[in-house]
Amino acid sequence: MGQFSPTPHDPDARGHFGPWGGRFVPEALIAAVDELATEYDKARVDPDFVNEFQRLLKDFAGRPSLLTEAPKFAEHAGTRVFLKREDLNHTGSHKINNVLGQALLTKRMGKKRVIAETGAGQHGVATATACALLGLDCVVYMGEVDTERQALNVARMRLLGAEVIPVKSGSRTLKDAINEALRDWVTNVDDTHYLLGTAAGPHPFPLLVRDFHRIIGIEARGQILEKAGRLPDAVVACVGGGSNAIGIFHGFIDDPDVRLVGVEPGGAGVETGSHGATLTAGTPGSLHGAMSYVMQDEDGQITEAHSISAGLDYPGVGPEHSHLKDIGRAEYFPVTDAEAMEAFALLSRTEGIIPAIESSHALAGALKLGPSLGPDGLLVVNLSGRGDKDMDTAVKYFGLADGGQA
Amino acid sequence: MSLVSDVFATARAESRAALVGYLPAGFPTVSGSKAYLRSMVEAGCDLIEVGLPYSDPVMDGPTIQAAAEQALSAGFRVRDVFDVVSAVADAGGRAVVMTYWNPVLKYGVDAFARDLAAAGGLGLITPDLVPDEADDWMAASESHGLDRVFLVAPSSTSERIAMTARASSGFLYATAVMGVTGARDVVSSSAPELVARVREHTSIPVGVGLGVRSGAQAAEIAGFADGVIVGSAFVSAVAEGDSAVRALAADLAQGVRSAAAAV
Repeated sequence: MGQFSPTPHDPDARGHFGPWGGRFVPEALIAAVDELATEYDKARVDPDFVNEFQRLLKDFAGRPSLLTEAPKFAEHAGTRVFLKREDLNHTGSHKINNVLGQALLTKRMGKKRVIAETGAGQHGVATATACALLGLDCVVYMGEVDTERQALNVARMRLLGAEVIPVKSGSRTLKDAINEALRDWVTNVDDTHYLLGTAAGPHPFPLLVRDFHRIIGIEARGQILEKAGRLPDAVVACVGGGSNAIGIFHGFIDDPDVRLVGVEPGGAGVETGSHGATLTAGTPGSLHGAMSYVMQDEDGQITEAHSISAGLDYPGVGPEHSHLKDIGRAEYFPVTDAEAMEAFALLSRTEGIIPAIESSHALAGALKLGPSLGPDGLLVVNLSGRGDKDMDTAVKYFGLADGGQA
Repeated sequence: MSLVSDVFATARAESRAALVGYLPAGFPTVSGSKAYLRSMVEAGCDLIEVGLPYSDPVMDGPTIQAAAEQALSAGFRVRDVFDVVSAVADAGGRAVVMTYWNPVLKYGVDAFARDLAAAGGLGLITPDLVPDEADDWMAASESHGLDRVFLVAPSSTSERIAMTARASSGFLYATAVMGVTGARDVVSSSAPELVARVREHTSIPVGVGLGVRSGAQAAEIAGFADGVIVGSAFVSAVAEGDSAVRALAADLAQGVRSAAAAV
């Protein structure tokens, strides 16, 4: 099956996955999301578009990404573990897949300006990269708190020619960066595409972001069959907005014996209220253009998420994940900041791979899941990004500058 | 005919536009917002838009964002909006509530409609709810006799304008510019064109908002629209006190009555 083939899991014409998704946006944006949906419908069956996208994935992003067995890490998990190496993509994470696809769509629509939000900075860097490559103007909104904890990525974006605007409203993190990007979009929609970085937002974003990331699952399925001779017992991925997870899940969604496991940011522990585990502890609501589980108080005010990982620090989640949870096709559980940092250090030490803190949540999930599968079990973990950007956090967390050892 | 339609019919009978004034409930406090809204009614606002402060107001510019944050920090609760609506009704005013959709979803769409109607509110303006997603609200507004004010924008297609007008009652809210709320120096040139396009499809009254702050601008808009909607300018006036709020309302009320001179 091709990356852009329709699936039985596509949303309805108005973007609903069961009761989730849809379009909860100002009327002023409806024309733009309609245009995007129409353009994507044409592009996904246009060989020129598909070929150009695949050429960029291969010659620019460096796909296919490897599937690496992690035997020494696996000793700690108690089961066999393979890592899907999205960290090896150009710009260091899975984000480049979606960004290249949407940047090509931007060109097709004749728009010259791209805006994006970013949390950890991975999506912002990827967007700035694609805009440099394809000659598009780029503005990235980033919460002021995140510009401080991810200063290196701010510098990267600026080097790539993007304008980075620190967002000072609300909690000054990812959700507020999205609010500000939406305000820019509603003002400049004629010449601007909003290059949304996760599989959330109004239709068609959850569909097209998922489709651009389906390559992860398609590759991983072929690679695990080749290397292990069978399908895995479970595929494990971290879930903030949920784009890397939905991308790898879709490669296995029609394999009923493969469990799809999403690992959420448990922060200081879900019981403390200081976390970002939307599917575990959220309730239905509309945020940033779609119905999904959200973190909110009893008045429907969106609450702040907390995670050591800026990329997972988000009180919403993509609508298809809400659907997969409800129908029981995927399962979701949280791991804490401490568990994620332990997995971060463990993979670095045992396998020589420094993972992103986001991806370390998936690794921590694998450590929890592994013992129940036993030595004959088989896990594929989506290593969605590399940890270079997180060294500042790691230095502080482990006291590495003072001779500390992780 | 609903009471909101009645506001516009009365204004039309007087050969003028209706003045619609916005202030968030709970800004700067719940009791403060009641007092300022009473002043707005007394000084000439024909219809009051009571805003519901929300954590993620994507259609609002810095002025209303800051007001919403202040109201929430001061402890505003969603149920307080009904109290504020009652106060407007007690002052002889007519009130609709302008709210992002998530707080209504969380309260329960039918329960919110029931409590709003009981408080004397006349309807809802829904900036991030389009009719396509509004099945529950259509049903709740019917059963509780409330008006549904949806928005149209310069980017709306003719098909969507027609569909949105059919789904609306009371009046239709036309956003004068592509953008968020906030006072602007000049009236957008896209506003008259949008209103003209709306009139091709419907006879429902059309209110124009986004960016209006002076009597002169109100007069200009009153020349082509049925209602002039003013929000951020009232929020800014609150910082200067009650006399500034009354003076702004009076200036705007005169503006909507001097359209003939302006045209």
